[in-house]
Amino acid sequence: MIELKNISKSFGEKKILEDISLRFQPGKVNMIIGASGSGKSVLMKLMVGLHLPDKGSIEYDGQDYVSLDRNQRSEVRKQIGMLFQNSALFDSLTVEQNVIFPLSMFSPDSHADNLKRVNFCLERVGLSNTNKLYPAELSGGMKKRVGIARAIVLNPKYLFCDEPNSGLDPLTSILIDELIKEITQEYDITTIINSHDMNSVMEIGDQIAYIYKGHKEWEGDKATILTTDNQLLNEFVFATNFLRQFRDKSR
Amino acid sequence: MRFFFHFGRYLLLLKQLFKRPENYRMYWDELFRQMVAIGVSSLGIVIIISVFMGAVTTVQTAYQLISGLVAKTVIGAIVSDSSILELGPTITSLVLAGKIGSSIASEIGTMRVTEQIDALEIMGVNAPGYLISPKILAAVITIPMLIVLSITLSIGGGIFVGDLTGILSAQQFIEGARSSFLPYNIFFSLTKAFTFAFIISSVSAYQGYYTSGGSLEVGQSSTKAVVYSCILILLSDYLLAQLML
Ligand SMILES: Nc1ncnc2c1ncn2[C@@H]1O[C@H](COP(=O)(O)OP(=O)(O)O)[C@@H](O)[C@H]1O
Ligand SMILES: [Mg+2]
Repeated sequence: MIELKNISKSFGEKKILEDISLRFQPGKVNMIIGASGSGKSVLMKLMVGLHLPDKGSIEYDGQDYVSLDRNQRSEVRKQIGMLFQNSALFDSLTVEQNVIFPLSMFSPDSHADNLKRVNFCLERVGLSNTNKLYPAELSGGMKKRVGIARAIVLNPKYLFCDEPNSGLDPLTSILIDELIKEITQEYDITTIINSHDMNSVMEIGDQIAYIYKGHKEWEGDKATILTTDNQLLNEFVFATNFLRQFRDKSR
Repeated sequence: MRFFFHFGRYLLLLKQLFKRPENYRMYWDELFRQMVAIGVSSLGIVIIISVFMGAVTTVQTAYQLISGLVAKTVIGAIVSDSSILELGPTITSLVLAGKIGSSIASEIGTMRVTEQIDALEIMGVNAPGYLISPKILAAVITIPMLIVLSITLSIGGGIFVGDLTGILSAQQFIEGARSSFLPYNIFFSLTKAFTFAFIISSVSAYQGYYTSGGSLEVGQSSTKAVVYSCILILLSDYLLAQLML
């Protein structure tokens, strides 16, 4: 289980996050939503240990990540998989080499066994026969799938996804969202997704936190997000005219 | 002030290279890939510039020593000594700073701005160790070899052009070269080679590693890598000459 307690973070003079406390539900899709620039990516990088918070604690199963030493941190990191906003595949490696990379680095198994695991993961994300392609030869959606395969290849307990459907068409977005949801349930992973896409939220979000200008403005589930009377959240959820009219009609 | 900031951060980055590799085989494979990328792929340009360096120096030295009072063998001595002491190590390194430095900085810089370095860190890989140490090691192994080749070809170019144009015969050239040859000069030249190789690879890796922003900044890092490598090569060239000669 992951719990954030009173997280604050500044870059120089600029306050990015202030006093954020959140508890994520194990085995569920937890979404962090907010406008661009609200601090979602920074929050996620804090959680996975790419930045350290100025204040507050990040607890994995009750252990504060911030106070762990280097070896303990790398133990926690082995339980984490992450899908990056632009996939962050290694350009110089093929699809297969990308996905096998964490295994070759950390798994004591033979190359043949690792390769089996890689093919299993690639198949699971709906990619076969792409093993020898380079990232530059893939579409945006395929890159995300490879990113997901690489993130789950070491059987993580936690899956972090930073804007998994940015830059994808609506149809591909839904497919990627559904894939993440299925994987979360199949392998009982605690998934945390950054998003500004209300479609995804309604599609796959189990628990939702709304970040506004670096602080947590609201927290709840799908059912309550549409009926909330929180002004700021309402503006975010019903950002388009279409949705506003839809809401007003149904009232 | 900014100099101390960068120098401090550079040293801290170098310190991170000394952590134990997560998996020796992966680092070993990467070292070989880098030896190809840095060493083998620079062969062509080193061959071309070296032959011309020696050829041009021979023609120009002959032009300057036009008086009949000086023995022709002196041309061989001058060309071979300057190839060993300066042309081979320094000029070749300056050219390699342009070729290798920019490619190291832009490769690592691109990995930084596209979050590939973050991806490595999340996997639990020591990113500076995995990305930078094989490059520095590959540079320190292959660049001195390239420089030995460069010296040889530069002298060869001198012999060839001298003979071809009738400035001096190959025999006279070699006689001159032998008469002034000092084994210490080779040692000095190799010291330079190792130093320059380390400067090119580490400074460029530093510039790439601390890139932030996008493709524009990657370009800027790559330019800075070349400029700072060249300045530091020349500076250390001078310092080594003061200290060792
Ligand atoms: N490494 C950094 N250094 C300085 N400022 C940063 C850094 N990373 C992000 N920021 C700033 O933090 C703010 C929030 O960014 P981010 O978390 O990427 O927003 P979001 O992901 O919600 O769109 C932005 O104003 C951004 O400029
Ligand atoms: Mg973001």
